[in-house]
Amino acid sequence: MPMKDEFKPKIVAFCCNWCSYAGADLAGSSRLTYPADVKIIRVPCSCRVNPMFILRAFEKGADGVILCGCHPGDCHYSTGNYYARRRMTLLFSMLDYLGVENGRTRVEWVSAAEGVKFSQTMNEFVEKIHSLGKNVRLEDLRCRKE
Amino acid sequence: MQEGMKNGCAGAPAVLLERISTLLAEGTVARVLGWKAGDMAYNPEPAYFETQEALKDFVYDGFCGANLSKYMIEASKLEGKTLVCLKPCDTYSFNQLLKEHRVDREKAYIIGVGCGGKLDVEQIRRKGIKGIQSIDGAQLVWEESDPGTELKGIGDDVLTIRTIYGEKTLPYGEALLERCHVCKGKEHRVYDELIGQSRDTKDADRFAQVERIEAMSPEEKFAFFQQELSKCIRCNACRNVCPACSCRKCVFDSNKFDSSQKANADSFEEKMFHIIRAFHVAGRCTDCGECSRVCPQGIPLHLFNRKFIKDINELYGTYQAGENAEDKMPLTSFDFGDAEPGIVGERG
Ligand code: SF4
Ligand code: SF4
Ligand code: FES
Repeated sequence: MPMKDEFKPKIVAFCCNWCSYAGADLAGSSRLTYPADVKIIRVPCSCRVNPMFILRAFEKGADGVILCGCHPGDCHYSTGNYYARRRMTLLFSMLDYLGVENGRTRVEWVSAAEGVKFSQTMNEFVEKIHSLGKNVRLEDLRCRKE
Repeated sequence: MQEGMKNGCAGAPAVLLERISTLLAEGTVARVLGWKAGDMAYNPEPAYFETQEALKDFVYDGFCGANLSKYMIEASKLEGKTLVCLKPCDTYSFNQLLKEHRVDREKAYIIGVGCGGKLDVEQIRRKGIKGIQSIDGAQLVWEESDPGTELKGIGDDVLTIRTIYGEKTLPYGEALLERCHVCKGKEHRVYDELIGQSRDTKDADRFAQVERIEAMSPEEKFAFFQQELSKCIRCNACRNVCPACSCRKCVFDSNKFDSSQKANADSFEEKMFHIIRAFHVAGRCTDCGECSRVCPQGIPLHLFNRKFIKDINELYGTYQAGENAEDKMPLTSFDFGDAEPGIVGERG
């Protein structure tokens, strides 16, 4: 039985509909496991994710946010993930500059055939967030329970 | 210089005033966008002038830091041409607006005015000079010949400041706006004609402060920004003045995004506003310095913008927004070989 104060990280994973969401599906149907702490939000393309989505996720209590999309070159809208790549790089760099641990954000390209990669990535990411602990720096202080 | 300027304001150089007056009288332009005397000698404000008579209030002196290019968005919708006075750094903003199709080049008659560095009354106050009544030494001295040339530095120029505690003096170079110390150069990037000369003011590296912060530990960084951002009162002045912040409907005015007019209700909103504000202008910010100039709380907003500029330079190739009106912007373009976001952790 888990201890009462055991840290249960909340992880938000934005997954593009065409590759990564299908990859998550494959992971599920192949009975590959990944922690239930990962909450998937399906988006039409990685490029749909605006920096505000990432920040809002943290505000609402996420401890880590990961964005998954098709591999560069495979975006179903041709170039969406190339734009997303630049945006996320700059956003993550800014968060780092503000003193927010950069391990809390991640981008991974996962295709529809990569159920294994999906589950591995999520396991790794959850572990990383466990090691970083609760996110306090970007959380909305008003919503904290303690 | 004009006679009887309000509040001891330094007025404008005669060559400039005469030329503007002629263009208005000839009908080349329907109106003039410039600066007029404010309540005090140190706060001239942006203004339109439609008649020669009105030009008696026209000012162009060391306190005309305000960048007029954003006003050209509305002026582009008016009948006839608007004469606009742009300093070298302001022309970058105008180019950027041209690139984004927010201003109409045909509707603007641009006079590129010389700039010898603009003054910051807050900087004067920071030097311990309070109770300011009037300031001498902010007027511009231009030679009639060779417009557009760059003269030697500020040298021994001195401001004489009359205060309620008596007269004080301060070297001109110590009263400059932060942005003038890191000036992009005194070359106008777009203009119809040039009037007046400029002086070299650059004496610092524009990324030095960013580098200092990058070298801090996460705890130090966090503490530094928390300290600065806690001062924000969400007056939105930084957004309103910004030439790059020209969206018709701003996300910070939208109830849908739940982010409008939230004064620092909590530490998250403080950060979110600033990250998103800076992000929305990333790749488009010319580093004109207006946001830092107008912030009533003295928050160094350029530290956000310049972090993005520095990252863009390092990751996607050196880029200066507004240098011309044609280049592709870094956030609306990409390269197949771009770095992965993981590079942020790897760079340390
Ligand atoms: S101008 Fe300054 S106080 Fe006003 S919203 Fe911007 S940062 Fe905050
Ligand atoms: S963000 Fe500040 S420096 Fe950049 S364009 Fe806007 S007002 Fe100028
Ligand atoms: S459709 Fe998957 S990243 Fe664009």
